[in-house]
Amino acid sequence: MNPYFARKFVIQGIFIATALILLVRLFYLQIVNDKYLLSANNNVLRKILIYPARGVILDRKDRILVQNEPVYDVMVIPKEVKPFDTLAFCQLLEISKERFDKQFKKAVNQSIYRASVLEKQLSAKVYAAFQERLYQFPGFYVQNRTVRMYPDSLAAQFLGYIGEVNEEAIEKSKGFYAKGDYIGISGVEKSYEDLLRGQRGVQNLMVDAFNRPKGHFADGHYDTLAISGEGLKSSLDKELQKLGEKLMNHKIGSIVAIEPSTGEILAFVSSPSYNPNQMVGRQRGNNYMKLLNNPYKPMFIRPIQAEYPPGSIFKIVNALVAQQLGLINPSTTFVCGGGYHYGNRVMGCTHVHGPMDLSQSIQHSCNTYYGYTFNRMVDHAGMRSVDGYKRWQAAVAKFGIGSKLNIDLPNERKGLLPGADYYTKRFGSDKWTSSFNISLSIGQGELGITPLQMANVMAIVANRGYFYKPHLIKAIGANKVVKKEFTERINVGINSMYFNSVIEGMSRVVNQAGGTAVNSKIPGIEMCGKTGTVQNPHGADHSVFVAFAPRNNPKIAIAVIVENSGFGATWSAPIASLLVEKYLRDSITRPQAYMDRISNANLLPAVAKPISKPKIDTLKAKLKAKL
Amino acid sequence: MVNKQRTIFFNVDKITLVLFAALCIIGWLNIYAAVYDPEKGNILSLGTNYGKQFIFLITAGILGILILVMDVKFFSTFSPLFYGVSIFLLVVVLVVGRNVGGNQAWIPLGNFRLQPSEFAKFATCLVLAQFLSTATIKNKAWQTTLQAAAIIGIPVGLILAQPDVGSALTFASLIFVLYREGLSGYFLIFGLLGIILFILTLLLSKIVLIVGLVVIAGFLLTQIRNKKQWMRPIVLGTIGSILFIFSVDFTYTNILKPHHRNRIDVLLGKVEDLRGEGYNVNQSKIAIGSGRFWGKGFLQGTQTKYDFVPEQSTDFIFCTVGEEWGFVGSLVVLGLYLFLLLRIIFIAERQRSSFSRIYGYGVASIIFCHFFLNLGMTMGLVPVIGIPLPFISYGGSSLWGFTLLLFILLRLDANRMGII
Repeated sequence: MNPYFARKFVIQGIFIATALILLVRLFYLQIVNDKYLLSANNNVLRKILIYPARGVILDRKDRILVQNEPVYDVMVIPKEVKPFDTLAFCQLLEISKERFDKQFKKAVNQSIYRASVLEKQLSAKVYAAFQERLYQFPGFYVQNRTVRMYPDSLAAQFLGYIGEVNEEAIEKSKGFYAKGDYIGISGVEKSYEDLLRGQRGVQNLMVDAFNRPKGHFADGHYDTLAISGEGLKSSLDKELQKLGEKLMNHKIGSIVAIEPSTGEILAFVSSPSYNPNQMVGRQRGNNYMKLLNNPYKPMFIRPIQAEYPPGSIFKIVNALVAQQLGLINPSTTFVCGGGYHYGNRVMGCTHVHGPMDLSQSIQHSCNTYYGYTFNRMVDHAGMRSVDGYKRWQAAVAKFGIGSKLNIDLPNERKGLLPGADYYTKRFGSDKWTSSFNISLSIGQGELGITPLQMANVMAIVANRGYFYKPHLIKAIGANKVVKKEFTERINVGINSMYFNSVIEGMSRVVNQAGGTAVNSKIPGIEMCGKTGTVQNPHGADHSVFVAFAPRNNPKIAIAVIVENSGFGATWSAPIASLLVEKYLRDSITRPQAYMDRISNANLLPAVAKPISKPKIDTLKAKLKAKL
Repeated sequence: MVNKQRTIFFNVDKITLVLFAALCIIGWLNIYAAVYDPEKGNILSLGTNYGKQFIFLITAGILGILILVMDVKFFSTFSPLFYGVSIFLLVVVLVVGRNVGGNQAWIPLGNFRLQPSEFAKFATCLVLAQFLSTATIKNKAWQTTLQAAAIIGIPVGLILAQPDVGSALTFASLIFVLYREGLSGYFLIFGLLGIILFILTLLLSKIVLIVGLVVIAGFLLTQIRNKKQWMRPIVLGTIGSILFIFSVDFTYTNILKPHHRNRIDVLLGKVEDLRGEGYNVNQSKIAIGSGRFWGKGFLQGTQTKYDFVPEQSTDFIFCTVGEEWGFVGSLVVLGLYLFLLLRIIFIAERQRSSFSRIYGYGVASIIFCHFFLNLGMTMGLVPVIGIPLPFISYGGSSLWGFTLLLFILLRLDANRMGII
């Protein structure tokens, strides 16, 4: 027996121990730790996203406002790129060599094994030329996608635009969005994002180590098809919108037209506008910056974001509220001696009107009449002035003034209708009277009303006492679903009989000699309207005109504001009358020259005053005062 | 003659033969899976790796039979010749060899390439057995140890010159042979401690390590009763360890090549490099780990099918086993190897001649070393060392080399009752 025989056990022991170590390691890798299975799947599975077509948006007569157009992204897998003619490549894609180098480097940094976007959104023409020679450029391929296309370049602020999602939205969506996805950023694109976006499809492809596709995982069992977004039918009338945008050319302002019987918005013009096609494609970034820096603020959605003291058109509201409160009636007469005297001050009137009844006061827009009326509502209502004001304010608020109408667009502003507390605070006690805020009687002072709210007031008058929530989307999807909230009638608490004399006065404004907008009379259609002038401390006054037509069974209510254009009858009323006629009659009886004169008029101020500037100024002043 | 042959085949260890055949078949199936391309189908072509391996297997079988029918004295008698030829080939390869993957380890022969280091293994085992079994030499004497070390050292030096660190490392396993024949057990312990110190040196700062060692030594000295007896070994051991730490540093920065350093750093987790040096191991771990308990099934491994693991039919063949056959399949392969190793030791110990026994231990040591380093590498336990998995990896030289190694032992064993 060999003397070292026992050593065989040591060696056997080492062998067994080693095998056990390997076994434990195997157990750890294969049984305990499950990250490797995941890694293996990550290696081999490529999720190819199939982007759905976004929903198409139509006008009220099924004409296309926005549709989709195919574009082509050039993708690159750096690992598979072989030397090629860079110059020819850049020429085909119409990009510079520097641009190519930058983009290629970016792709390499991301991953040399995976596909990255080299150049986004080639046009069909560039794509055709590139596709033909694609074989010369191994490692590159083209992926197609759709982008928005606006055939008539209309209604930019209403439709809004889309853009790539940001990190915040991705996080918020809990996995619905991924980097590179598009999302609605403003307008209908944003408010109806959930419906428009559709559902992404996924193809689970298996690839080998060189990223070459090797077929569908599990024979496509887990693949899903892309589902296109829902189509939306908007309430807009494309022809009306087009005419509105044309007439507002070179002007700052808004047009909102509403169908009173439904609350559907027929025209939604924010001027100056921009071509929505600018927000699509490779120049999007540049265009966006240009729009942002434009002093006339084309991105500002004036119909729902601009707030104006309404001026004389507010007399309509006061006339209705005062009647409902039982403080005046159609035959109540006040004598206008050229102004309303309160204390030792006078609120001037445009003329010495003499005695006026209610209809006449509307027809002639008599300030004196409304001074007395407001005085009655606040100071002579059988209660303290402060309570009288509160009652008045509550009644006015029912018209949708001072709060959001909750239109189906994002970023609507609510306007301003101060509460009694505001004046108590300013006055120092609650013993103030109507003398303190008499300018509210004629729509000046601390009031802010958006063009949408103005148009809605007209819809209320047209309906004699109620409205439907104004909205821009009439029906959703193939089944033509209408949102329930849009079908609910909202009463404003004014008895319908109180509208008679007001409407009579409004009709005379347009149709009777001596009316403030008689030049805008439409032959054969009885339009009822009211002019207004918004005092503008920064320049020429804003011209306002609100109207509805026809007087019986109204089909359209409209508000037009042209900034810096002076008296309401000069610009706003003709524009409104043309739109009303266009909508009701589908043709214009007045001569083309009449229209051209309006659309060619340039009323842009030399340097536009940013809308938010007054606010900033007052803030600065306040700060200074504090310091 | 007929009678003699019958007895030889009758006496051949059937269990080892079965283990050998099982490993070869498993190897071929997995090479087939590793090369399999779902698009091209499964035509048995001699141009593919599994086609070639098929030929290698048949020739290896013929080689095995030839060895079994040869005269048993042939191997002991000509062992110096084999050794000489191996050394000669190792020199030749440095001159005319083909450089594959950074190692000049291959001699081109027509369509095939010969890897002399694979043959040097059995030749070294034979000559070592021959040397140690010679009765006139006392195993314990330090000259013997040195001479034995020289026998191992010459081929190691030549292989390191290629430089094929992996193959050279397998010769280190012959320390088991020397241990079995009387080498002091301290060498094994020193070896183990050396490896631990090596790893610690790379992971920790030198100062921390040295201070730690001194503290441990001091603690031992205060606690042990028989101070006089332990004083010297502990002090010497501490000094030796400190010297070793500095030598590790030197070896690591000056002797090891950058890619070796990278591989070690990746293994120790000092750097994360999943694209470069760490790619193979990471993909290999993914392949094995994703097999889970039952595996994905034959030809169903996505890592395997779609070429995520480089060198998959050769050094990383175990990935295929792990991925497609899962824990169960890996356990079977592991079990087969352990069984084979223990069987070889069993065979070695039943030899009457010390030549056969020593040779047997040599075979066990070399197969063990390949088995441990290769599997350890694919599982991320040891640095990436390019050595094949015996009988399973693709490659003629490796298969023939291991067949020679094993069948010479079987031939010696079949004749164990006779005298060499």
